Amino acid sequence: MITLEVNGKPHAVDADPATPLLYVLTDHLQLHGAKYGCGLGQCGACTVLVDGEPVFSCITPISVLQNRRITTLEGLGTSDNPGPVQRAFIAEQAAQCGFCIPGMIVRAQALLSRNPAPTPEEIRAHMSPNLCRCGTHMRIVRAVERAARELKAAK
Amino acid sequence: MNRRQFLATGGALVVSFSLRAQPKLPGSLAREPLLDSWIRIGADGGITVFTGKAELGQGIKTALIQVAAEELAVEPARIELVTADTARTPDEGYTAGSQSMSESGTAILNAAAEVRAKLVELAAKRFALPPERLSVANGAIRAGDGRSASYGELVTGELLHVKAQPPAARGNPRERAVIGKSLARVDIPAKLTGAPIYVQDLRLPGMVHARTVRPPSHAARLAALRTAAVEKMPGVLKIVRDGSYLAVVAEREYQAVSAMRALAAAARWNKQQENLHSDLQRLPSQLSVLVESEAAAPAWSAEATYRRPYQMHGSIGPSCAVGLYRDGNLTVWTHSQGVYPLRNALAEMLGLPKKRVRCIHMEGSGCYGHNAADDAGADAALAARALPGRPVRVHLMREDEHAWEPYGSAMLTRARARLEGGKIADWHYELWSGSHSSRPGPAGNLAPAWLLEKPFARPPAQQIPQPTGGGDRNAIPLYRFASTRVVHHFLTAMPLRVSALRSLGAYMNVFSIESFMDELAQAARADPVEFRLRHLDDPRAREVIRTAAERFGWAGYRKQRGRGRGFAFARYKNLAAYCAIACEVEVERTSGQVRMLRASAAIDSGEAVNPDGIRNQVEGGILQSLSWTLHEAVSFDASRITSRDWASYPILRFPDVPERIDVEVISRPGAPFLGTGEAAQGPAAAALANAIADATGARLREIPFTAPRVRQALGA
Ligand code: FES
Ligand code: FES
Repeated sequence: MITLEVNGKPHAVDADPATPLLYVLTDHLQLHGAKYGCGLGQCGACTVLVDGEPVFSCITPISVLQNRRITTLEGLGTSDNPGPVQRAFIAEQAAQCGFCIPGMIVRAQALLSRNPAPTPEEIRAHMSPNLCRCGTHMRIVRAVERAARELKAAK
Repeated sequence: MNRRQFLATGGALVVSFSLRAQPKLPGSLAREPLLDSWIRIGADGGITVFTGKAELGQGIKTALIQVAAEELAVEPARIELVTADTARTPDEGYTAGSQSMSESGTAILNAAAEVRAKLVELAAKRFALPPERLSVANGAIRAGDGRSASYGELVTGELLHVKAQPPAARGNPRERAVIGKSLARVDIPAKLTGAPIYVQDLRLPGMVHARTVRPPSHAARLAALRTAAVEKMPGVLKIVRDGSYLAVVAEREYQAVSAMRALAAAARWNKQQENLHSDLQRLPSQLSVLVESEAAAPAWSAEATYRRPYQMHGSIGPSCAVGLYRDGNLTVWTHSQGVYPLRNALAEMLGLPKKRVRCIHMEGSGCYGHNAADDAGADAALAARALPGRPVRVHLMREDEHAWEPYGSAMLTRARARLEGGKIADWHYELWSGSHSSRPGPAGNLAPAWLLEKPFARPPAQQIPQPTGGGDRNAIPLYRFASTRVVHHFLTAMPLRVSALRSLGAYMNVFSIESFMDELAQAARADPVEFRLRHLDDPRAREVIRTAAERFGWAGYRKQRGRGRGFAFARYKNLAAYCAIACEVEVERTSGQVRMLRASAAIDSGEAVNPDGIRNQVEGGILQSLSWTLHEAVSFDASRITSRDWASYPILRFPDVPERIDVEVISRPGAPFLGTGEAAQGPAAAALANAIADATGARLREIPFTAPRVRQALGA
């Protein structure tokens, strides 16, 4: 048994310590925000926050995650009560198939927590580990800019 | 003899007209004419609309709800939409070819209008008033005196179980309430908050997980397998082996992944020489002449050859499906683009009657054509049959998706033309391409079915006939020339597996034609935009061109060092949406790095139902095409695909993305829906090539324009 703290709650997980976090999230905890895209750390679809930093959950074994704070997309808001970054993505209609977007939102959250007013270039550089195949990039950048504006206005 | 003369010459044709019972019903109503195949209204007034098309991330659900809401005069939120399911919805073939609006949208528009007319007629009888004296709003019909009846009260029994009547009345396009508004997409909030809406997220009670072991190359066959150690691994329930088909099922997902790796290591394969290549002119071909007018001119003013490699769909999420086999019935949850054709293929593969197989569409990662979704459906069917009573989820690994999906065909084109008095007098165009459609229907189009003990052979390569075309889609220019010759060399056997990739041959043909138009404009010393207009008389084509040029600031453009501008236009399939794109690029001479700085597009896809949805599709089309055109080529050695992940098949990343893309939607209220999803790819590629030529003087004719290739073209 390994205990993981996910979105503020402890979960005792019965899985091989070598299991990548992604499989524990989707298969054991029924959290589907993080997606399997490549399993290789190349696309960012599986991005989660560990102690606030973006991490590829597909290549991070649970053995290294005890006593760390894990935040997934679900920790940022719900369909009925979306969080600020999610609201900005909805406002910009920043999705086509949407499969890459959970990873985008989580990675954007990490940027905005540390840099509340990023420039478009900083956003592009920060988001570059994450791939989108539908070509939603313009809207994703706009959504991150909007989230920054709205977070600032809310302060 | 023209058509009018023919009609005037006698009775034969008139007789044949009267034999046809009725003019063709619009859109997919022609295939599924019963009104209640499309629309049902419950006694409680609940409205359910059915479509055989699937949400692929193109926003089709929202647009179809808007169409139904408009004609039924209700709030969009009152409509429940059911998408592709072989047990519930009409059979509309594939969700492909930018045809969902013209097929399903048109069917729902007309069916809804007719349902409304029927309800008004019923209310008129009930109130003993003429229909013109009634008003319709919010799902109810009202008389001036305050009497009203809701749809739920009016609908009884078999009222809607009748064939649609052409032509159905339509709402007045000037008084649209919902159509033409950028309604927020209904599917987005769930996608952004982690709700389990993708087939990848589906978790059924008692569900188990499978992983497949694909051969190391397409022709390799299983020679030997040791299973004992794998069978003892934790959670392993079953090793599925049928000939060279191999999969493993386990309780937990990661157990299945670990067991799959062990099984792959325990398998020995007979390798076969495959001779993979892209030397297209060496392949057997069938020739068809698409256009032939006048004799070709002897002295060409210009000629050029263009090339495109095999390219992949590369969905961000590998394909997935869930299968359940119980009491001789198979259900498969799939993100296939065609649930009915997949149902037929699975029934054939398993030797089951079609009525025992049900395919239900659930969303997946964007597919952009025929990717591995159907293969995964077959994997789920095979694994589920091996474990009756338990739902089995199969998720392909990234390597399997990359190496086994059917690619967009490599293509070669050759253009020649003669100028006369500043205009193109003779145009001569040839193309070489493999098939752009090897979808199921037939089980032989499912990769897992090739590997079985009793394998299914691949059916012969299919052409898609003109006017839409496959490899020859958009091969015939929309421009008017004194003489035109267009020839298609259809390659009947391709060394790599190929099928439908978004826009099919249009991407390459438009890239070639529109690059060559610029080469000719330069030879004629003409402005590229003005040169195109010289050869075009279609007013809608002219309008998108003018609009895109204006938005871009074409007339007042000031060129900076290292930068250039490019323009391109096409009408998709020569019968669907008009799209023009202008863009500016920057080329770094020393590195060969190309960056698109900005793009302006104009699109006319008929009546615009959801303008922001159209903009989203055009922006996406431009960026996807930018990725294809700058970066993408499937790599392989003589026997196997070597593009197996995102490192060996790089695509666009954020730092390459333009600073701005703006899209103007030209709506034509009342005009037919023309579809949008595939209109921008061809023009975007050509505008990019034309801008690079403007920036550097170097003409790139082979896709992709990788940095080394650009450096080489610049002679650096
Ligand atoms: S799935 Fe983890 S980086 Fe691609
Ligand atoms: S929205 Fe489809 S992959 Fe990004």
